[in-house]
Amino acid sequence: MNAPTYNFAYLDEQTKRMIRRAILKAIAIPGYQVPFASREMPMPYGWGTGGVQVTAAILGPDDVLKVIDQGSDDTTNAISIRKFFGKTAGVATTTSTMDATVIQTRHRIPEASLHAGQVLVYQVPIPEPLRFLEPRETETRRMHALAEYGLMHVKLYEDIARFGHIATAYAYPVKVNARYVMDPSPTPKFDNPKMDNCAALQLFGAGREKRIYAIPPYTTVVSLDFEDHPFTRYRFNAPCALCGADNSYLDEIVTDDRGGRMFVCSDTDFCEQRQAAGHHGTESAAPHKEKAHV
Amino acid sequence: MSELANFDDDQPLLVAEGLGKNYGRLAACRDVSFALYPGEVLAIVGESGSGKSTLLQLLSAQLAPRAGRVSYRMRDGVLRDLAELGEAERRFLFRTDWGFVHQDPAQGLRMGVSAGANVGERLMAVGWNHYGRIRDTASTWLDRVEIDIGRIDDAPKTYSGGMRQRLQIARNLVTEPRLVFMDEPTGGLDVSVQARLLDLMRNLVGELGLAAIVVTHDLAVARLLSHRVMVMKGGRVIETGLTDQVLDDPREPYTQLLVSSILPP
Amino acid sequence: MTAMIELANAEKTFTMHLQGGVELPVVRGVSFHVEPGECVVLSGPSGAGKSSILKMIFGNYRCDSGRIGIRHQGKVVDLATAEPRQVLSIRRSTIGYVSQFLRAVPRVATIDVVAEPLIVNGVAREEARERAGRLLRRLNIPERLWTLPPSTFSGGEQQRVNIARGFISDLPILLLDEPTASLDAANRAVVVELIAEKKTKGVAMVAIVHDDEIRHLIADRIVDVTSFAAAA
Repeated sequence: MNAPTYNFAYLDEQTKRMIRRAILKAIAIPGYQVPFASREMPMPYGWGTGGVQVTAAILGPDDVLKVIDQGSDDTTNAISIRKFFGKTAGVATTTSTMDATVIQTRHRIPEASLHAGQVLVYQVPIPEPLRFLEPRETETRRMHALAEYGLMHVKLYEDIARFGHIATAYAYPVKVNARYVMDPSPTPKFDNPKMDNCAALQLFGAGREKRIYAIPPYTTVVSLDFEDHPFTRYRFNAPCALCGADNSYLDEIVTDDRGGRMFVCSDTDFCEQRQAAGHHGTESAAPHKEKAHV
Repeated sequence: MSELANFDDDQPLLVAEGLGKNYGRLAACRDVSFALYPGEVLAIVGESGSGKSTLLQLLSAQLAPRAGRVSYRMRDGVLRDLAELGEAERRFLFRTDWGFVHQDPAQGLRMGVSAGANVGERLMAVGWNHYGRIRDTASTWLDRVEIDIGRIDDAPKTYSGGMRQRLQIARNLVTEPRLVFMDEPTGGLDVSVQARLLDLMRNLVGELGLAAIVVTHDLAVARLLSHRVMVMKGGRVIETGLTDQVLDDPREPYTQLLVSSILPP
Repeated sequence: MTAMIELANAEKTFTMHLQGGVELPVVRGVSFHVEPGECVVLSGPSGAGKSSILKMIFGNYRCDSGRIGIRHQGKVVDLATAEPRQVLSIRRSTIGYVSQFLRAVPRVATIDVVAEPLIVNGVAREEARERAGRLLRRLNIPERLWTLPPSTFSGGEQQRVNIARGFISDLPILLLDEPTASLDAANRAVVVELIAEKKTKGVAMVAIVHDDEIRHLIADRIVDVTSFAAAA
């Protein structure tokens, strides 16, 4: 039997057109959540169906695709999406942030600064930043329409009252272009400043919630805060164990069951580039030799 | 009542003209007209189904009237037809210059959010952006409504009924509104808790020079809180006047029935 | 007119709708006036309508016809046709009413109950309390009771608190409904003294007093209400 032939990038052309219209509207109104008719995709919700549909709609034959999951090019989710487009669109793929034209991401923004012409596609689980305090969709839409964002500060107030500081560490709300409050997807707040005045186009797709929103290049993105509790970034206070970087976002990796752990860059491409350039930390990235079975 | 604001100020704050509202063939509210002046407390009394809650919703622009109109004097001194305000203006009015105290505090509070944030929300909504000042103001208001400052970080779902109602009042008054709507504010509370709440509201209304429209079926509440009373029956205002006048010298058969139905203390 | 109060043909009838619409005439043709510094005592048997007339002058009972002229802030206002707001304004700055019973608000301390009319008219809280204290002392209310709400007091103590509250302000008209009813001789004498002081300040007063001796001491003029009795 012959392998099934897919339309380019899996989705049919009508669907892609519909999604592109939503994307154009989203770009025209930065931070505004545009509803779209999200399709069933051959992967479960929560695996990036929103991001995949956005990527499918914007991908051209000449594009070079990079997919990361929590900063990493080599996790299951990243690999399967990369393979998906390799198979259905036949586009070139890469792990290099600099070489990619389209980067689909889950929960991170690459460390290397993006350049003009690139598109960063975020996978979004819950697009509505007001949802946890206001369960009614009719009401949150009205609040966006009228720019009534007092409630967003209620969340931050609660953090300070309970923990003494703004403890929200990811999905930290931002205001886009001085108008719409937006959920930046569950990226760590460490990444928030990278969204501001970014040279690349940033697109957000929420498949289950059927929303697309966008930050056009060079748009102002401000993290919400209080005058006396200003926004701060957060990272583990350690250099990367592999490349020695002291300015990258780190993952904590448990290395044994006796409390051993190490901190390494969450952005694997960034870390590898640095190691290739001769930087190194306290540990080696060389694969551990398995003990030979006797 | 003895705390009166300045009644020489001759410009009404809110004016209702020929208000009417139907639910199908049922006329819930018919031809209601009156003017409310700054600092004046008006009680709307009548039994269930008399149309008083519908009237409150019409007056507070939560319901559009079939006939007539409601005008409000904005802070710039201009009397504006509420139906002609944009939704943004109306909602802004609602969280700054107006308060609304619901009978059920769960409707007026965020039950899962701390008391401090409940009070602070209206401040944050008008652009307050300094945590310390928001918290200080919230503390002051909790104190004014006699809630222990030690409970500031507790959510109202851990509060008693009377505390919740007092918290709701603080949440409404923190932006220093000029007009507060109250829908059966003491309904569902124990008698002793009611007395404390009434006393508190009476003092706050007097100190702040608030105008208020209080819907109640409890004539004792009307007597203690209001300057003026409107008696409703079948959607109509059947009698209106000074509170003690209407309660001590009722003219209409229905008002006489209401007054005579009070058990002597 | 120079009179503070001038009633002309005032009339009051109760219609008892719950008793099949029975008309209960109370008073008709009520006409008298009160000058500044004068105390007019209403006389007549129980049920003749003395309290009703007092309540009409206070705006508590509505007046069906006729006129109740009150000199308020230099102008004469007809209370029979006044707007509720005007009545409230008159009560705040012109007419005080001392009833037989104290309608106390729960939880408010006695000293504040007494000081309240002054505070409402813009007197500073400290000064108002000081004046309230002087008056309470004169009326023999022990200082240890001042911070308690009066609702727990005896009838006579409550009435004295009520008198203090009524006499503390500088209103030009005072209506006194049996101010000495349940007082002992010493306190009755204090009230007589207070009334005399008010007269020297030009306050116009209308009083109902059953005690002949007191009536004799305070009355400048007696108006017999029997002639206004409307009962058929």
